[in-house]
Amino acid sequence: MFKFFEPNKIFKITSKAPKYVLLLFIIVLSIGLTEALFLSPEDYKQSDAVRIMYVHVPSAWISLGIFSSITLLSIGGFIFKNKNFFLIAKSLAPSGFVFNIIALVTGAIWGKPTWGTWWAWDARITSMLILALFYAMYLISWRIYETEEKVFKITTFITILGIINVPIIKYSVDWWNTLHQPASINILSKSTIHTSMLFPLLIMTAAFALFSLLIFLMKYNTELIKIKNKGLDRL
Amino acid sequence: MINELLFMNGYGVYVLSAFSFTLLSFSALYLITKIQFVKEQNKFVAKFGSLNSKKAKSAKTQRINKEILAGAIKN
Repeated sequence: MFKFFEPNKIFKITSKAPKYVLLLFIIVLSIGLTEALFLSPEDYKQSDAVRIMYVHVPSAWISLGIFSSITLLSIGGFIFKNKNFFLIAKSLAPSGFVFNIIALVTGAIWGKPTWGTWWAWDARITSMLILALFYAMYLISWRIYETEEKVFKITTFITILGIINVPIIKYSVDWWNTLHQPASINILSKSTIHTSMLFPLLIMTAAFALFSLLIFLMKYNTELIKIKNKGLDRL
Repeated sequence: MINELLFMNGYGVYVLSAFSFTLLSFSALYLITKIQFVKEQNKFVAKFGSLNSKKAKSAKTQRINKEILAGAIKN
């Protein structure tokens, strides 16, 4: 089954896909920005400050999703001895890290008008900061360790440690008394967000997901060319 | 009308700075990734160009190498 995903076979697709993904991203982002900034209603309590949600929430969701994927891929890479899994994980990390930073910064900007402070050592915010540190450790490991085996082991170890933090982030607002509001969108129970706000939020999430796909494809292609460059040296 | 849209009941500075930070981060990440990609692609073309005909022929048997070269020419 994994043969289908061999880099040599999928490069034809991954090398051509970025331009189409970029075009789709620009279209979806334009619709999302129009909805988020102009068409969606203001909140009865937070007024227009609620619009920050349309960049803050999708960024947080995607950074959590990417970290979970990186962990699964790293463990999978170890179990199935598949280097391509590690390559995919490595290519996903930069966008995950940037989304994590965006979630932290936009959260701080949102905190000032709503809580009266840019930062609080609150459970949700602190656990998101810890996730950013795990992302940074993961990315730095790829830079400092040269031997493949060592870097595979260390990055997998970092992701396994980091994944413990993911449920803590998710449930921190339920487990502790925090400044951060509880989740408004629930898959298993009724969501407390109105559709007029849910719709732009989902469009912005789709746009951000397309952006992370775009960066992933570009980074993955770069990594493949890097491998091929080493291959030319060995000829 | 435009002033009212940008003012956003006094929250404009917060909302617009959050959106600007996001879009700037996107642009920076896209540019860095694109520069890294082009750099590796150029390195590949230069290395391929320095191969002798026998090695170049052998390298061209791999489809991926041909695709990288074709992509570099297009760019």
